[in-house]
Amino acid sequence: MAVTEMTTKLTLGPIAYHWSAERRRDFYARIADEAPVDEVYLGEVICSKRAPFHEGELPETIERLERAGKTVIVSTLAEVMLKRERKATDDLAAMDAPEIEVNNAAGLYARGRRPHRIGPFMNAYNEATIAWMAGQGATHVCLPTELPAEAIAVAAAAARDVGLGVEVQVFGRASLAVSARCYHARAHGRTKDNCRFVCEDDPDGMPLSTRDDAPILRVNGIQTQSESYVDLLPEADRLVADGVTHLRLMPQDVDMVAVAGVFRDVLDGALPVDEADGRLGLLSGAVNLSNGFYHGAAGYRRIAMIART
Amino acid sequence: MNTGVHTVSPVRLPGGGVVSRLACGVVQPILSRVVRRIARRHPSLFARLGPHQGTDFLIDPVDLPFALHLRPDPDALLFRAVPRDAVPQAGAVIRGRFLLLLELVDSEEDGDAAFFSRDLEVSGDTEAVVRLRNALDDVDGSIAEETAAMFGAPGRAVLARLRRAYTPEMERT
Amino acid sequence: MSLAELICPAGTPAALRTAVDAGADAVYCGFQDATNARNFPGLNFTPDELAEAVAYAHARGTKVLLALNTYPPAGKVDLWRQAADTAARLGVDAFIVADMGVADYIARTHPGVRLHLSVQAAASSPEAIRYYCAHFGVRRVVLPRILTIPEIRQIKREIPCEIETFIFGNHGLMVEGRCSLTNYLTGQSTNMDGVCSPASDVEYARHEDGSMSSQLAGFTIDRFGPEEKAGYPTICKGRYTAPHRPEGYYAFEEPVSLNLSRLLPELIDAGVHAFKIEGRQRSKSYVRGVVRAFRAAVDDIRAGRQANMADLVALTEGQKQTQGAFETKKWR
Repeated sequence: MAVTEMTTKLTLGPIAYHWSAERRRDFYARIADEAPVDEVYLGEVICSKRAPFHEGELPETIERLERAGKTVIVSTLAEVMLKRERKATDDLAAMDAPEIEVNNAAGLYARGRRPHRIGPFMNAYNEATIAWMAGQGATHVCLPTELPAEAIAVAAAAARDVGLGVEVQVFGRASLAVSARCYHARAHGRTKDNCRFVCEDDPDGMPLSTRDDAPILRVNGIQTQSESYVDLLPEADRLVADGVTHLRLMPQDVDMVAVAGVFRDVLDGALPVDEADGRLGLLSGAVNLSNGFYHGAAGYRRIAMIART
Repeated sequence: MNTGVHTVSPVRLPGGGVVSRLACGVVQPILSRVVRRIARRHPSLFARLGPHQGTDFLIDPVDLPFALHLRPDPDALLFRAVPRDAVPQAGAVIRGRFLLLLELVDSEEDGDAAFFSRDLEVSGDTEAVVRLRNALDDVDGSIAEETAAMFGAPGRAVLARLRRAYTPEMERT
Repeated sequence: MSLAELICPAGTPAALRTAVDAGADAVYCGFQDATNARNFPGLNFTPDELAEAVAYAHARGTKVLLALNTYPPAGKVDLWRQAADTAARLGVDAFIVADMGVADYIARTHPGVRLHLSVQAAASSPEAIRYYCAHFGVRRVVLPRILTIPEIRQIKREIPCEIETFIFGNHGLMVEGRCSLTNYLTGQSTNMDGVCSPASDVEYARHEDGSMSSQLAGFTIDRFGPEEKAGYPTICKGRYTAPHRPEGYYAFEEPVSLNLSRLLPELIDAGVHAFKIEGRQRSKSYVRGVVRAFRAAVDDIRAGRQANMADLVALTEGQKQTQGAFETKKWR
């Protein structure tokens, strides 16, 4: 299928962490004014207890971003079990605008055949599932972060065939697991119901190391994330060639405007990949970058490419 | 990183020297017969071993005066008693009391449970051990009984005596 | 009152016969490939073995359920379709599925075979379950091990299908079907390859002081003192340090097994139709012991007697048991 005058879109995924309302406001103000991203996902995906802290700001943030020319999409919760989670999902599914990204089958049920995006927690691993979802009103699919390159190519081609946008996470910590149990609360001897929002202390996740001091994972409430930041900057060309239409940056506790700038420059051919990747390394500070999943290797690994030095 | 093959250095246990060598000499003909018979009667066992038909297993019954070396290659089956001071380099080592090992072979005991309780120790190539365990677990009936039966009534009597001798100390719940 | 069917694991043909003989109402098993979530070395069934197993089970009134509960990566869907075709031809009584593409294929191609929704689909709300029922004709949902009994009762009121819950075995903590921990360290995926802490990447090392450490792909998952009970080297049961926990702690869960033997009457009362015993990777000895014990317990409950459960703690991981989320939401 011909790829006609399609420019690759850069997106900003939903904030996974419990950042304060004030921090979020400042963050999105800068994104609106300065970041070369085309689309921004908002909303609480991880913990329904956090939502009241920032959902009041949502309309204003949407307005602010749209005024800056960004497309806004609201993401639904990855885990839906409690009454408030079911209600939150139903409420989002009832909206006509902005677009929604569904992360749980409960959201698919509520949305019916009305248009929606498929989030990375929906496990759209293959062409059969993508075709099914397209038939049910999906307009866009974000592939699972652990999907390797060969499968991405097949999935992207299938999605494009049925008119779907295709998104892949290219920056930030990978979501490795979600649970009903809150590991932030557990680490502090509390339960989920009695957590007192201790996760707010860790804006980039709480680090876990093995007992011989190898950093390994990050805890973010009920979510477990990779220690490393996924970095598919050197793979961006191949992703685009394989039919991926949207590249997702996950917000981390780094200069995300600069991160977006580096990706935009590479997509525009304005910056050589190796130089750009060097910049990304500096922006990421002490955090390791990884691309193992993409290459079918252990996710934490960084597989060298010819483009890399 | 895991390289698939490991060498495991043996730990020091009694079971070297002259006594051990004599014991090995006594049991060797029996072992050879046993393993050939099992292989003949349960050929599907080898399929479950997959790539580990050529792996050297050291099975170490800590309360016997020798260890056992198994290479479950259907074309060149090897099962021999070895003195502890002369054990070969093994890909995988399984260590525990003799009756426990016997009961694991017969699925009277659960290998994972024995591992959780630390009665069973595994080192080296864990996949090889898991494959051997699953292969043996798919054998119906009792390999120990089959073996004992090869030696008629005296064989069965020995097995029964062995089990009685151990049972009081097996902390069964 | 529900039938309280006993759904039992079978990793090998011998284990399947053991489960049938011990009183299983149904056994579940899988092929020797990535199409099921226990794709472990030396485990599972060839098509010929499955044919014999179905004959053995059906002759004794036991059902056979085929686990087809992983997520095919794009480009490899045919392996899952072929597995479904083969198993349908061999007469399995139900498929346990998670992937929507796989569910859709079976619903269209083999409409006569029941579909059960695997725990790997992580359907934990009435709406999610209704989605699969409405679109694929799912007849039973295997609930995640994260719900309390009142929550299960509430769900039952709002869904049109049967409920199956785990009652014994591995106590999975992470939402199933959403876990890439193993892939992050080993390059093998739980969802796509059906593995969890694959044995090929596991190493145990004994130290001078008698302690033992378990490693996965070179990462130390745990270190057990000389007398300490051990567990599987799964990432979610490991001990780690955090900035304020320098001593190391079980960040997710201790090595512990689920045992709901005392809650069976309440689960039946809440509307649970079938009880699932985890452990296709375990031995015949485990299958025999656990199935016999729960068979007797369920028969006692059905007959209105007090169930007298045999002690199964020796078979549990870490030799510790829990009622997990089923007992209290404080577990969360």
